[in-house]
Amino acid sequence: MIDYLQRNQELVLEALGEHVVLALLPVLIGIVVSLPLGYLGVRFPRLYQPMVNVCGILYSIPSLALFVILPVVIGTKVLSPVNIVVALSIYTVALLARTVADGLRSVDRTLTDAATAMGYRRIRRLFGVELPLALPVVLAGLRVATVSNISLVSVGALIGVGGLGALFTRGFQLFYAEPIIVGVLLSVLLAGIADLLIVLVQRALTPWARLSAGRV
Amino acid sequence: MITFDEVVKVFPGGSAAVDHLSMELPTGKITVFVGPSGCGKTTSLRMINRMITPTSGRVLIDGQDVTAQDEATLRRGIGYVIQHAGLFPHRTVVDNVATVPLLLGSSRREARRAALEVLERVGLPQSFADRYPAQLSGGQQQRVGVARALAADPPVMLMDEPFSAVDPVVRESLQREFLRLQAELGKTIALVTHDIDEAIKLGDVVAVFREGGRLAQFGTPRELLERPADAFVGEFVGRDRGFRSLSFDTADSVPVRPPGDAAEDGAELVLDPAGRPLGWLGPAVGSPATPVPTGGTFSSTDTLRAVTDLAISSPVGIAVRVGPDGAVDGIVRHHDLVDHLASRRGRSGAERTA
Repeated sequence: MIDYLQRNQELVLEALGEHVVLALLPVLIGIVVSLPLGYLGVRFPRLYQPMVNVCGILYSIPSLALFVILPVVIGTKVLSPVNIVVALSIYTVALLARTVADGLRSVDRTLTDAATAMGYRRIRRLFGVELPLALPVVLAGLRVATVSNISLVSVGALIGVGGLGALFTRGFQLFYAEPIIVGVLLSVLLAGIADLLIVLVQRALTPWARLSAGRV
Repeated sequence: MITFDEVVKVFPGGSAAVDHLSMELPTGKITVFVGPSGCGKTTSLRMINRMITPTSGRVLIDGQDVTAQDEATLRRGIGYVIQHAGLFPHRTVVDNVATVPLLLGSSRREARRAALEVLERVGLPQSFADRYPAQLSGGQQQRVGVARALAADPPVMLMDEPFSAVDPVVRESLQREFLRLQAELGKTIALVTHDIDEAIKLGDVVAVFREGGRLAQFGTPRELLERPADAFVGEFVGRDRGFRSLSFDTADSVPVRPPGDAAEDGAELVLDPAGRPLGWLGPAVGSPATPVPTGGTFSSTDTLRAVTDLAISSPVGIAVRVGPDGAVDGIVRHHDLVDHLASRRGRSGAERTA
């Protein structure tokens, strides 16, 4: 395997780099889209249930199907990486929008009430009080979405754009186990590292959360 | 001054939560809203900072309708303390306290400096500043809650059951400290409680609410105890209200006799060389060989309640008064006290008809 890596270093690194971009760019897009969506689901309670339902349906679309349908819907080329990014962004939003809404709903109402009574206006209260308090829930959802994206990218290999997934198709085509093993290992390693990074960020951003959990 | 002018609040689908409430909370004083649960006291409190909007009627602060101002601006000028303190768990103590100064546009540094000053005022050491609320006890959290309300030095403070979530010993010390603080600051305070004892203890004025959001009585604690407006108030303030109302008179109005008069009751007060009481001798206590302790003494600055309690608990039915040096300067016999209480009742009866 080491031998394989040495011989194909460039190819593997390129696949890895592509994998990281294809998995994490949708995470960023997902965060940006989910925050306002999740907030709307809380601000207007009637929107919450429909939002949860739509998210559930979106998430249940098989990824391969989505990769294939998207070019028709958004007019991209069949082999364009944009298809993967858009598809994974949809999955991320499907997971995160609900998580953001649930996180915001989990904030103790007496606290938001106290904030209002002290003179917070709505938007400042959202960023100063509600979002920070929702962060533990939101970051837990972000971990799931990130790991899920990293594993889903590989499926893209079936339509020709798949980061480390390209190593799988290559291995299958050549009846050759090594690229498959390398691909699997790197994919798992990548997911592990991404997950760990989010945990570290969470610890740095919410030192209070562990205290509260221990005491109350 | 906070004025309620014919304020009515009806919640959707419900009966009246507050029913034609009119009263004036005096400036610089503590007004306590007290009553059974569901009597509209918290609803009334929350109409002052527009957390709840009246169905009809007006609430005015110093003559200005609270609806005349932008609501966030209004609220930043009114301190707010709630049960369980309601501190933000994600902010340290100092950042919690700095909340309103920051909202008012202070720089981060100014706000923190103001916060540290206020923390000291409420008796929390600087070492608490960087802790998170979860690291504090309930009593400490409540102090931070009060500090947070005071940080921007608002003239008006609203307190909703501020001391009910802590144990009785801590509550006692928080109440004492609150009164000390108020003596320094002189804020106009509206405080909600369901505990009539707390109302009597903290209130300069007490508003008693009854079910249906109606005001049953508005007056000083003394008026409430001595002249309850009706049976509801009488029952609400409690059975031993007569005894408790004795706290409002000092002992200096009670006539004292020379210690030698105890002989009329068959007792003799034994003194040490400095004139301090050692105890009772004589047939009234069963002629013991050594003096029976007096069980306590009072001075003229104590309350009438303390004197009465001493006279009742004394082995010979006599309360002993001492001077500043601890030496006995007189006694109050049971009978004399009863006569004094009777004449006192006659006086307050005369005031009532006047």
